[in-house]
Amino acid sequence: MESTFAHHLSEAAVSVELETEGMTLNIGPQHPSTHGVLRLVATVDGERATNVRPVIGYMHRGYEKLSEVRTYPQIITIINRIDWVSGFANEVPFVVAAERLMGVEAPPRAQWIRLVLTEMARISSHLVFMASYPLELGAATPLFFALRERERVLDLLESVTGGRFHPNFNRLGGVKPVYAAGPTTKKAGMDIPSGFLAETRDAMTKVLATCDEIENLVAGNEVFLARTKDVGIMPVDVAASYGVSGPNLRASGAGFDLRKVSDYLPYSEFDFDIPVGRNGDCWDRWWVRLEEIRQSCRIITQAIDGLPSSPLQAKVPRIIKVPAGETYVRAENPKGEMGYHLVSLGGLGPYRLKIRSASFSNLSILPWILEEALVPDFIAIMGSLDFVLGDVDR
Amino acid sequence: MSLELTFWWLLAIKLAVAAAVVPVIGMVIGYAEMKLSAHMQSRVGPYFAGGRFGWAQLIADGVKFIQKEDIIPEEADRPVFKWAPALVMLGTMALLVIVPVHPSPRYGIVRDLEVGIFYALAISSVSTIGVLMAGWSSANKYSMIGGLRAAGQLIAYELPLVLATVGVVIQAGTMSMQGIVSAQVAQGWPFVLTQFIGFAIFMIATLAELTRLPFDMPIAESELVMGYVTEYSGFRFLFFFLAEFANMFSMSVIAATLFLGGYGLWGINPETLLSPIILFAKVGVLVFLMIWLRWTLPRLREDQLQTLAWKWLIPIAIANIIVTAVLKVVL
Repeated sequence: MESTFAHHLSEAAVSVELETEGMTLNIGPQHPSTHGVLRLVATVDGERATNVRPVIGYMHRGYEKLSEVRTYPQIITIINRIDWVSGFANEVPFVVAAERLMGVEAPPRAQWIRLVLTEMARISSHLVFMASYPLELGAATPLFFALRERERVLDLLESVTGGRFHPNFNRLGGVKPVYAAGPTTKKAGMDIPSGFLAETRDAMTKVLATCDEIENLVAGNEVFLARTKDVGIMPVDVAASYGVSGPNLRASGAGFDLRKVSDYLPYSEFDFDIPVGRNGDCWDRWWVRLEEIRQSCRIITQAIDGLPSSPLQAKVPRIIKVPAGETYVRAENPKGEMGYHLVSLGGLGPYRLKIRSASFSNLSILPWILEEALVPDFIAIMGSLDFVLGDVDR
Repeated sequence: MSLELTFWWLLAIKLAVAAAVVPVIGMVIGYAEMKLSAHMQSRVGPYFAGGRFGWAQLIADGVKFIQKEDIIPEEADRPVFKWAPALVMLGTMALLVIVPVHPSPRYGIVRDLEVGIFYALAISSVSTIGVLMAGWSSANKYSMIGGLRAAGQLIAYELPLVLATVGVVIQAGTMSMQGIVSAQVAQGWPFVLTQFIGFAIFMIATLAELTRLPFDMPIAESELVMGYVTEYSGFRFLFFFLAEFANMFSMSVIAATLFLGGYGLWGINPETLLSPIILFAKVGVLVFLMIWLRWTLPRLREDQLQTLAWKWLIPIAIANIIVTAVLKVVL
């Protein structure tokens, strides 16, 4: 008690200004724009935050622990649910990790199908961002433009995998042959559905057209520019030191993309650019994602033009046991870098599976970036980081 | 004696009509907003209620709201909390009283005041007090931030709103609404041709006053959950809901009267029953404009709104007044 009094005295001596007590504003876990169950405990002075503390863990489902008591094929189902906006992209690095320990490589056609579907997951994830971000800034209409196109992409994903959100399509050593053929169809006839390639080409044209439409509607808007330019600036060194990755890092000016660096999928055979932002503000993060949709369309168009023919599945034993060893495979997911550290002791399931999810690291910069921000900018900045709470808490 | 009696009877009837008109107009505009926004977003909007086109959607909504429990937070300042929606509604109703829909003084207007515009602008701010009351009494931090934002917005935008109308008053030489309309009818063209700057400022300030996008910070769903209406439910929420749409109407009516010539239209005799229809058509255009903006623009930030008001709108409005006054004297 006395120490507080002394503390107040010392403060009074330093500052003659009227000191008002900050108000604690609890944003979330139930709030329209915290993307699920993120909770922010902010001390605000008027509308300006003095201190922000994110509280996570409201959606912890224990997938890392759960993986230790599941077999490898079962885990693919679980990890679909980590970042549910791009379920397919979560499967690939895990499957590649297990395949590397087994010494198996998926046939080229399977790899290309994986690549096409991963890029579709990226488009769908970024379109969700294109839908939700203007909504968080108050513009409701782009939501419908973006989600309409996402529906096309999800339909294509569904036609191949049978799932819209959680495809569960990858198998160790390849991809699952087409679902629509049913169990009685001969394996030799199983492939991606007929008409898929033509429909994809058509859908990509439409997605590109929508990108232009969204750019017209949103990027040409003075209010949108005023809300995003120079808001939430994230210098590249700070971003890197917090482990921020993916479009958020590239928006800050680092041209780092695992698709160019790593070889988990045959990206080296494709011609595509990596959009890089300049200032690292909300506007750049929005723009980088829009450009990435366009680049993904480019990749998909190239892939369906030159889809190699081969079986969809490499030879693997009926009961899969992964030899002892450990490996780390990381991939460029829509939200950023996603990695699986897989430790196997030779059993039916992994001994330990450490999941490095993109949103968790991207979100860790929040206390730094939200300091001294205005309450309306909270939403603009949080939205621009594009995290999914399932990806944060796992 | 008989004359006086008729006068009071007429006044009572007119007041009753003005009071009944508010919910009806609220519903019509609410329905228009639902349908228009739906078509802007490649949706259908209300479809099933009432059989065709979902015309009864707002009635169904109203019935739903009446059935709901009226929840008052335990910490709330009960009387203030209860009266806030009524005050918001009152401001809207009181505004309609002075709207001239016809040149005849007998049934064209409830009450033609000498200081019509002055009254309109003063009474339109009453609803903001209701908003502030709602924000304060809810005992909710989001509500309070919303209420304070509304108050800041009121102070910033009341000035351009008033200043924008001064040009019209100078040109018409009267503050009576009926007088302004007849001045425009007499000269044959609406004041918007000379006062287009005033008109633009008036419409921008109106959007801020109505707390509609791009100035809906007091509600700001993505930031403040629902702003000052967060804690309201049931009938009291319905009041806010209807008042928003009815307010759109009443502010549009004033804009149409001041700048667009009210019930007058070039080449049409204002003495006919076409006059109210002409006025409502003009109002419809303005309301459509507001709905269009609402579903196109994102939301500004509170400090950006203040900058816009103090650094741009007010100086421009004052310059507009000076130019108008000088030209009035010179010409």
